[in-house]
Amino acid sequence: MRAEDLRSFLAAQERKTLLRVLTCGSVDDGKSTLIGRLLYDTKLIFDDQLKTLEKDSRKHGTTGEDMDFALLVDGLEAEREQGITIDVAYRFFTTDKRKFIVADTPGHEQYTRNMATGASNSDLAIILVDARKGVLTQTRRHAFICSLLGIKHVALAINKIDLVDFSEEIFATIDTEFRDFAKQLAFQNIVSLPISARYGDNVIERSNRTPWYRGPSLLAHLETVDVETALAAKPFRLPVQWVNRPNLDFRGFAGTIVSGVVQTGDRVSVARSGRATTVSRIVTADGDLQKAVAGDAVTLTLAEEIDVSRGDLLVPPSDRPEVSDQFAAHMLWMAEDELLPGRQYLLKIGTRTVPASITELKHKIDVNNLEHFAAKTLHLNEVGFCNFSTTEPIAFDPYTENRDTGAFIVIDRFTNGTVGAGMIEFGLRRATNVHWQALDVNKEARAELKGQRPAILWFTGLSGSGKSTIANIVEQKLHAMGRHTYMLDGDNVRHGLNRDLGFTDADRVENIRRVAEAAKLFVDAGLIVLVSFISPFRSERRTARELVKPGEFLEVFVDAPLEVCMERDPKGLYKRAQAGEIKHFTGISSPYEAPDQPEIHLETATMPPEDAADRVIDLIRQAGVIL
Amino acid sequence: MTTTTAQKTAISHLKRLEAESIFIMREVAAEFRNPVMLYSIGKDSSVMLHLAMKAFYPSKPPFPLLHVDTGWKFREMISFRDATAKQLGLNLLVHTNEEGARRGINPFDSGSTVHTQVMKTEGLKQALDKYGFDAAFGGARRDEEKSRAKERIFSFRSAAHAWDPKNQRPELWRLFNTRVRQGESIRVFPLSNWTELDIWQYILSENIPIVPLYFAARRKVVERDGALIMRDDDRMKLKPGESEQERLIRFRTLGCYPLTGAIESGAATLEEIVAEMLAARTSERQGRVIDHDETASMEKKKREGYF
Repeated sequence: MRAEDLRSFLAAQERKTLLRVLTCGSVDDGKSTLIGRLLYDTKLIFDDQLKTLEKDSRKHGTTGEDMDFALLVDGLEAEREQGITIDVAYRFFTTDKRKFIVADTPGHEQYTRNMATGASNSDLAIILVDARKGVLTQTRRHAFICSLLGIKHVALAINKIDLVDFSEEIFATIDTEFRDFAKQLAFQNIVSLPISARYGDNVIERSNRTPWYRGPSLLAHLETVDVETALAAKPFRLPVQWVNRPNLDFRGFAGTIVSGVVQTGDRVSVARSGRATTVSRIVTADGDLQKAVAGDAVTLTLAEEIDVSRGDLLVPPSDRPEVSDQFAAHMLWMAEDELLPGRQYLLKIGTRTVPASITELKHKIDVNNLEHFAAKTLHLNEVGFCNFSTTEPIAFDPYTENRDTGAFIVIDRFTNGTVGAGMIEFGLRRATNVHWQALDVNKEARAELKGQRPAILWFTGLSGSGKSTIANIVEQKLHAMGRHTYMLDGDNVRHGLNRDLGFTDADRVENIRRVAEAAKLFVDAGLIVLVSFISPFRSERRTARELVKPGEFLEVFVDAPLEVCMERDPKGLYKRAQAGEIKHFTGISSPYEAPDQPEIHLETATMPPEDAADRVIDLIRQAGVIL
Repeated sequence: MTTTTAQKTAISHLKRLEAESIFIMREVAAEFRNPVMLYSIGKDSSVMLHLAMKAFYPSKPPFPLLHVDTGWKFREMISFRDATAKQLGLNLLVHTNEEGARRGINPFDSGSTVHTQVMKTEGLKQALDKYGFDAAFGGARRDEEKSRAKERIFSFRSAAHAWDPKNQRPELWRLFNTRVRQGESIRVFPLSNWTELDIWQYILSENIPIVPLYFAARRKVVERDGALIMRDDDRMKLKPGESEQERLIRFRTLGCYPLTGAIESGAATLEEIVAEMLAARTSERQGRVIDHDETASMEKKKREGYF
């Protein structure tokens, strides 16, 4: 390459933009072949990779003597053997005009979550259809997920057009059918293309075998489609990532502008507090900027000192997002364990992470036909429309207006797994009118009057382990010492407060949530509360623990082997559960998650109840609940 | 629908990649207790370090650099490493698997697989455990190798440092789940979406210093098993029939010198390297001896804890 060619090449690089593309198709639609073809024809396949490809084509290929481009892009060993792609894979190719990042996602129903993952960062989706089969259930599902995740541009690649004799009629029928279906979705533009990934027709160049087709080749479309969602024209939004304090004279707020424009001298507000200040500098390592736009990673310094920290959203005072602790959102569930409404999860939105729970699952959406139906929970790969409640207000925009400030992930507090992906629709305003009243007679005052410190003694263990027996003895001893106590157990709660609940996982979670809230109120009243429930899940016990102050929650693990409990079987419940008469019975047909670090661990197979109760009394003495 | 409006508001692809990497680094600095940046001295590490300097400017990056030294790196790499850390004023930690060194593990007698496993993979795990790091930046890119294409940007590792391809967290939007329990960690790859060409273009446009071995010069090499190996010290013995020849060579990738093949090239400047890249017909990993063992070798190494 001559020096001047190189210079013009490098100059062109400065203007080169980036496009993120999602490919989706059913099994055998030829998706991997298409990506392999794009990589091959844009000369992104190296000689050594080609050699491996030839070797692999002979070994695993499905295209006879021809090279199997699909093998270029399949990755992990297991998948290669099965001949399918099972995860999101990212591929790169480049032309003079654009660099492309291709998210390759599988077409199987059970992998909806992978497609949503790929879609969340994509500007455009290539939806593949087999010309012989037309619009299938999977095609509709892919289109719906793309639309739900906010993709505005669709290239409908009607593949294997060579196998239907390059028929214009078939092409037109599929095009019409797809457009009819897509009317209920939120796409801005749909371009249909007749292609053959295997032979390259209309992929890089327009094919002379489809003279009736007047549109661009797929690559030409990808190079020119304008996906600039006018991000710069939207209101300014900067989620603060990191506070930069190299010394006492510099205090900067680092983050990436997700939409809009900011200039020095602009007024900006902290969304949650509403406090406003002025941008004094836009700092970057390449020198200060006068103006920065969506996509720039910058550090702002502010003229007047106001309280700003990680998790805050900087916005224009005149165009602020919603701030609320309750909102409605679409959510895709991505975990093997089902969603449990009422359970506390963590929610990460922008750079803020807050505890949150689903207060109502309004309906589930069938991703195949968009029908709504009532549901109590969400399973892996299901989409629902839910109300959320967070423990503190968060700032957000509707997802359809801003993907960055309207999207959130849901994290399981115990496994730390990412279990849900949410897209906020609108805020719920009823929360704003509930204010806490400052009461002069408070918990401390009430407890002082009783000469004790309030606490929750939380007895957890299998049915028949001895929880209630021990708790009753403890309460009698405390009463005899003149302490003020209250007992919450299945007998007085299940028949009243929680009469409407059954024994499914979701109902168990709600049962414990209510018990924990009730216990918290009694603690506020200054009482020593004894809670005796199987409470099989760690998450709920943890939530209960976090409702009160550190030191006020004492977990008592009443532990006996299942065989011992079954032998005791004081209420005959195990027999009935084994006979199949009781469903969801802990230990038999429903799991029990033992505590990791209980305040006290009582092994009741070898310890008489009286001794166990004495040990609990010792514990609450040590904890300072009683003197 | 015109391209002119697109270009007016659009940021160039390199700027976009840069911003993405900076975002990732800031998330790690904000959310982890004790992060570290793995510094392997290669061109990708040079770019990663340059991005870290930018991400936290005017502060220094709020984490140390860690080099896992197998004892077999090119001497020029070591001097470049020390000069870089000194010049930037950064805290550089160097760790060698002393136990492996005592056992006499080396690339010649132990073979490349054992040498890499013990001195690199085990050495890395030792260092991560020793300092209790909960996040480690690595310079790996998705375009390097097929199994990397599916790697997350935030790649979860168990307390035993194992990578389970079936148990990785979905990664949506820019919302990275950084939560780990005691002992668990996350490997973070801020260059995931960069390609080799992007790296070279960025080095050129930002004028980033790199080890001189990347530039063509006349150097003495031995041809062994089809690879051109530079005899960096006399621990490498010549086999019968082998001889050192001076050739015009450079390296596309740098690692342990006995395991890193040179290419014949006259590209002595960054411009010439980029020009050569554009005409290149072999992928950079071809120079790495460890990838040739078997097709899916990289994936196996990753499961064992290799970066």
